[in-house]
Formats: sequence, C-alpha cells, structure tokens
Amino acid sequence: MGLLARACPARLAALCPDLPPFDWLRPPEIGAVMVRGRMGATGAPFNLGEMSVTRCALRLEDGMVGHAYVQGRDRDHATRAAVLDALMQGPRAPDLDRAVLAPLRRDEAARLEARAARAAATKVEFFTMVRGED
Amino acid sequence: MYVATKGGERAIEAAHAWLAEERRGDPAVPELSVAQIREQMSLAVNRVMAEGSLHDPDLAALAIKQARGDLIEAIFLIRAYRTTLPRFGASVPVDTARMAIDRRISATFKDVPGGQVLGPTFDYSHRLLDFALMAEGAPPPAPTRDPETANTAAPAPHVLALLDRDGLMEPQTDGAETPPDLTRSPLEMPAERALRLQALARGDEGFILGLAYSTQRGYGRTHAFVGELRIGRCIVEMEIPELGFAVGIGEIELTECETVNQFTGSKTEPAQFTRGYGLVPGQSERKAIAMSLVDRALRWEELGEDNTGAPAQDAEFVLSHCDNIQATGFLEHIKLPHYVDFQSELELIRRLRREAVAAAPQSAAPAAHSAPAPSSSPAPSSPAKGEAAE
Repeated sequence: MGLLARACPARLAALCPDLPPFDWLRPPEIGAVMVRGRMGATGAPFNLGEMSVTRCALRLEDGMVGHAYVQGRDRDHATRAAVLDALMQGPRAPDLDRAVLAPLRRDEAARLEARAARAAATKVEFFTMVRGED
Repeated sequence: MYVATKGGERAIEAAHAWLAEERRGDPAVPELSVAQIREQMSLAVNRVMAEGSLHDPDLAALAIKQARGDLIEAIFLIRAYRTTLPRFGASVPVDTARMAIDRRISATFKDVPGGQVLGPTFDYSHRLLDFALMAEGAPPPAPTRDPETANTAAPAPHVLALLDRDGLMEPQTDGAETPPDLTRSPLEMPAERALRLQALARGDEGFILGLAYSTQRGYGRTHAFVGELRIGRCIVEMEIPELGFAVGIGEIELTECETVNQFTGSKTEPAQFTRGYGLVPGQSERKAIAMSLVDRALRWEELGEDNTGAPAQDAEFVLSHCDNIQATGFLEHIKLPHYVDFQSELELIRRLRREAVAAAPQSAAPAAHSAPAPSSSPAPSSPAKGEAAE
C-alpha cells in the first residue's frame, strides 16, 4: 500500500489502465493527516504540520475489499490504489505483482538511487590544516 | 475596532479586476504555470507549506501564483484551505534516522559515520548574480558517485546519538504519546515543549530567525553548535483504522537540525550537553537551525537556568507573536474603517483644546493642566461613512 501511495499517479494509471467493476464503500474523500515528529528525533512526539491525503474504500464483485490512503488530492490515484489493494488479496496477486508493483518498485528504487548518487558525489573528506599563529 | 460599512461594491469589483491584471503582468510575457512555480521556486513552495502547515506542493504553488509572490498572503490562502479539510488522523512519528539523505552535515565532528554530505546547498556559492540564468539552457548534469563506494548507502545514524552513548548528552525526556495540538485547542500558557515545537515549526521564518539571532548576540545565550543538520525524504506512515496497522501513505521532504548546547550543570544535574531541536517540512535549513536555537532558549526553566528576561526565553512572547497569519491579520486590520473610533478621538482632542483655550486667561501655564481622560468617549456626532456598530 505504501508503494502504491508513493507511486507517480500517471505511471500507476499507465500500468493499470482498466479497472474492474466495484462498489464504493467510501467514495474518494480529500482530507488531511497530521504529520508528527519526535523532539530530538527520538523523544516524545509533537505535531509538525498536516499533509493532504485522499482516502477511499471499495468492494470488488468477488467481495474483496480494498482501502487506500494516498498523499495528495488525486481521486483517481486513490481509487486505483484501493482497487489494487483489493486485487492483491485475490488470485491475481502474483500477476499484478509482476505487472504493476514490480515496475513501481523499480521506479522508486531508480528515483532513490538517482538522488543518493548525487548526494554521494557531494560527500566531503575534511582535512584539518595546521593552525597558524594568531 | 472597525465598523461594518455598506457600499463600494463596484469599486471592489474593479479593484479585483485590476488586481488580476496586475497579477498577470505584461501579457506579452508567457504566463507562469503552477507546475513551473512548484518545480523552479521550490524553496518558496517549501516555506508556504511549512508555515501554511499543509504539505501539498501543488496548492502551495497555486497560492504563490494567486498571491503574486507575496508568501505571507500565500500562507494565508493555504491556512484558510486547510481549515476546510476533514482530519483523517495523525501519522506515526516520522523516523528521521531512516531519512533518504540529500544533505547531512555536522559542525561538531568532522568524521561522522556515514560522512558529511553537502547536498544541493548555496553554502559554497559566490553570492554574485549569475547572468547565465538569464539565458535559457539546461544546466550540465550533476556528477554522481556510487553510494556504496562513498559509504553513504546505509541510513546515517544521528550524530547526537554518539554523545548520548557516552552519557554526555542530556537524556531525552518522555512525553505524552498523543501530543497537544494547537490547531485543535487554543494555546495556553505555560506551553509544554511539544506545543512550542508545533508553534515554532509553523511560525514565521523571519521572526524565528530574528529571535535565534538575538540569542547568539547575548539575549538568552545558549552556546549552540550544530550537532547535525540533515535534509532528505522520510516515509510517512499512518495507522489505518480500517486495517488496524500502519501503512505508508506518502513521503515528505524534511529538514532537521539538532544543536548541542553548553550546560554547566545544576544542583541536580551533572555537567552535560543539552539539546535544541528543529524540524521543518521541506528544505529550509535557516528555519530549522533558528527553530532549534529558540527551542533551546525556551527550555531554560526545565534545565534550571536563569531567566535573563531575554525575549527568546519568554514562551508567551515567542508563541503569541511567531504566527505570521495572526500577526498580519491583526496588523493589517487597522487599515479597515475605524471611523467611529477615530471620530471619538477627534472629538476628545477638540474638547481638550477648547478647554485649554478657555482656561488660558485664568492660568499662565495651560500645558500643566492635565485633563483627565473621560471614562467614556463622547458619542460621535456624525460618522463620516457607514453606520456605527461598535
């Protein structure tokens, strides 16, 4: 679900253009989630600020229920994520993992690697110079 | 106090139409798209998201466009929008130790495990205008290096954890797992640290910067070192009520600053280092460093330090004035009609002058005549415009 939530909506739509019929349990709704941090990174939590999130829930014809909580305000993105969540609980899971989730995993890995490689190129080695008289 | 007035609809409509024209600027110049602002003005977008207290890059970019680049006006638009959203819940606290690092530096240790990573920083740039940016053209690609050989592939441990391990760092204090939320209940004093951090995270960058600078100049000095500053992306997870477990719902960029501060010990504590903490959505290290300095200054009481009367130590002063939307709302309201208030002041001044003139023949020093202010202002004779409704 996290992978689907972080996926680029256009890429997800391209990988999974046709959706099976379903009934809404909760049509897509745009709201906010309060993001928390921890004081001193490891201490008690505090409220940092909100992020926009779209959620929905649906049931496929075979009875499988899918949920989605997806960053942003893209209703189609949330709908696709919920449909895939439902389908991944059924017999088509291995096929979908190969056809949809694996490419998304590769995309995400490539995106992270591209940034990590740029960051690695800016790693510094410090040399302490001999301190002069002052 | 301002009063309700009627009239001026046509003038307002014309003002709005002209505003839209001015916003667009010269029509011969191509119009900016929201996506262009989001991608190319990303630090402005970050600031609007942080102080607007809603992470949504598209909306922040739209707000900047709508506000003609006035960031406080854009923050106002985002704050107004966020009040319309239902709250689905709160995230699991983000784990910044698992951050995908873009930048990570320490001013306290040069050799930190995982190394120092400069990232896309202005720090070593000449502050000279780059006229090449006036010409179109793609920048050359940034160099890359294999993170495995650079030893930056593994999640970088927090630098302060190293001091923590040696017992030289004050221990983290516990707090409620459900922190107070100033967007849900009014700010009350004394404010605990969780509430102060929330207020600082959404507070005005300029105000927090000024206060932090004041502590460096001696107004509540805390001798801060930047133990670690890191910028990168963190996965946001949330416990989904329907499922009963936490799943990833997205990813946000964060800037985190941990300061190490001198502390000579108190009656109950041995000498040790203390902490200041800053965490800001987006890439915003000036704000994160400033936040950690102000956080540390505000902790004087729990650490048993003296209150020197410095503004940065005064939680009520800091928290009541750091919100730029509250501040600008109150500041700018004085340009609204105050006709009735002002009429009463005018009436008072005229009466005092009349009385002074009348008293002049009897007394040689009318200036010494201190007229007591009337407890109730005289009723305005005729408001210039608008019906009085004070």
